Amino acid sequence: MRWGRIRAIAVKETIQIRRDTRSLIIALFMPFMQMILLGYGVSLDIKHLPVCVYDREGSQNSQALLKHFQASEYFSIIAVLKNYREAKAALDSDRCRIVIAIPHDFSQKLSDSGGSTVQVLADASDDNTANIAIGYAQSVVDGFAGNLAVAAQGFGGSPAMQNQGVDLEERVWYNEDLDSRNYIIPGVVALIMALVGALLTSLTISREWERGTMELLISTPVQPSEVMLGKLLPYFAIGMLDAVFCLVFSVFWFHVPFRGSLFALFFTTSLFLVVVLGVGFLISAAIKSQVGASQIAVLVTLLPTSLLSGYAFPIDQMPPLVQGVTYVVFARYYVTILKSLFLKGSGLEDLARPVLAMGIYALVVAFLAGRAFKKRLD
Amino acid sequence: MTPEPGPMVEAKNLVKHFPGVFAVKELSFSVGKGEIFGLAGPDGAGKTTVIRLLAGVMPPDSGTATVDGIDVVRDPEKARQHLSYMPQRFGLYEDLTVDENVRFYADIFEVPVALRDQRIGPLLTSFGMEPFRRRLAGQLSGGMKQKLGLVCALIHTPKILLLDEPTTGVDPVSRRDFWKILYGLRGEGVTILISTAYLEEAERCTRLALFHQGTMAYCDTPANLKAKMPGKLLNIASPEAREIQKRIQSLEGIAGALLMGDHVHVAVDEDQKRIPEITRALSEAGLPFDPVTVTEPTMEDLFLALLKKKETGS
Repeated sequence: MRWGRIRAIAVKETIQIRRDTRSLIIALFMPFMQMILLGYGVSLDIKHLPVCVYDREGSQNSQALLKHFQASEYFSIIAVLKNYREAKAALDSDRCRIVIAIPHDFSQKLSDSGGSTVQVLADASDDNTANIAIGYAQSVVDGFAGNLAVAAQGFGGSPAMQNQGVDLEERVWYNEDLDSRNYIIPGVVALIMALVGALLTSLTISREWERGTMELLISTPVQPSEVMLGKLLPYFAIGMLDAVFCLVFSVFWFHVPFRGSLFALFFTTSLFLVVVLGVGFLISAAIKSQVGASQIAVLVTLLPTSLLSGYAFPIDQMPPLVQGVTYVVFARYYVTILKSLFLKGSGLEDLARPVLAMGIYALVVAFLAGRAFKKRLD
Repeated sequence: MTPEPGPMVEAKNLVKHFPGVFAVKELSFSVGKGEIFGLAGPDGAGKTTVIRLLAGVMPPDSGTATVDGIDVVRDPEKARQHLSYMPQRFGLYEDLTVDENVRFYADIFEVPVALRDQRIGPLLTSFGMEPFRRRLAGQLSGGMKQKLGLVCALIHTPKILLLDEPTTGVDPVSRRDFWKILYGLRGEGVTILISTAYLEEAERCTRLALFHQGTMAYCDTPANLKAKMPGKLLNIASPEAREIQKRIQSLEGIAGALLMGDHVHVAVDEDQKRIPEITRALSEAGLPFDPVTVTEPTMEDLFLALLKKKETGS
């Protein structure tokens, strides 16, 4: 392997990237777009859920409880209803997601037995939202008085839960605000790096075949491994630049806490880049058209990374077979590492297993990419 | 003096076959130092494949190819140090400038930077490309592109040049310039293998190989090849050239008839005897035509006649 030839390829590739609008857009504009889209678009939180209330008692007590709901950031009361018919209509027409009904004997029961019941009617056609809403409603009611129960009734979906009257003392670690954005953004970073990295390199070899420059290149003494290194070096630099951009954007724009070490971040990011760039390169060497190669690159990075990496959907909730498949998805290791680095502030030693897995992945991919394209015409 | 050097390029029993066809069949030949060795023949005759096999970009099914004594198949990287290959399709980077392309190929061949910068200027100047150094290769004319290809091929001073139809689609003036450069290189001792579709180019080669269906039908100096052309060649101009070509095949003493636009070239065994016969036959058929004349054979005529001769075994 000769450094002079690697450098010649790298210089040539850099000039070509600079003059190629498509590459520049993918390298510089796409990360920004995706940060914005996924950062804002994907949220698993429920805030200011539209609520209708049906106060059958109209007492000081019942009004005080409703004020608690109004004050909560989870709910906003949009209408006061007069009967159950209106409640049903409101849910059916999607005006609100839940209805809170206070019984006519609310205050009396409260004073008689020290405990009373509030009814929650939830639209459970989206059962996840319904469950979360009922949970929030419970916490609002708990905040009002220690001994109120929520009688929940689900519509359309799975039966809603019934409060069991067990006190739970919660301590939430790592993501104290329970803000799902803090959980999503590190995964978004992995998604962007995988997509951009593989997409960019998927074009490099196929472009040479398509434009007819490969035949001349393979008639020179250049080695396949030199071509690989020379071509990947500029993209590695771009990938690192994108990583810095994503980190800065996450921390300073989305206010995701970053608690780990920068060294660990850049070390693991380097490993991940080697994998994604290598995968893109392998695809490019196997498929001699640019369009085909870029489509395959999107397919093998975007889908597994968004669905099977645990970026938004927890892996331990998946069926065992699918969980097994996730071990092949290289992004899974990086997502694990990023989440730990961002939120837990773990060190490299805590992340030994995913780092090792990614290191092995990187070695294998680099080895394959080094001999991926044959210096011959078929 | 050093002892008589061996051949610079040598092919021994080269075989390459693609699904359904033999592109190259049991091919053997050798080219000496300083020769301009021409490969001619119709499309699909195997010229490009032969050059690719010699350049080491395509492995042969069997047989050996050596350049400057180095086996191309067994030691391709070493062989590549000594040769330059110019594919038929423009192989340089159109989004790189003239300078950037030349520098890239110099670096790939590990020409020391000082030597590289020393060579680029004079080379581009001698090719008349000095004013275009900063122009993107994609914005050059066809002739300029081919010259740039040659500059890139020459930057590491190879001993052997393999050129696959370098002048196809290039205007006649540029073509002449291109050949001037080739003669200059020959003078410096560079061995050149060139495939071509133009007769006037083929005639400039020191030796010419005629390819037909993957075999070398003839290989000799252009003058000797022409001498092998049997009989004479007649030219008949007519608006009904196609009809004439068809009719004339059946006459006696006709070796072949080739349609060339509104002319027909007819190879005959004896011009003095056949001209009156042909004239009579065509007049009887009522076809319009100009007086039949004797003409110089073109490459295609030569080809047709020689291949016919080979087939009939005479």
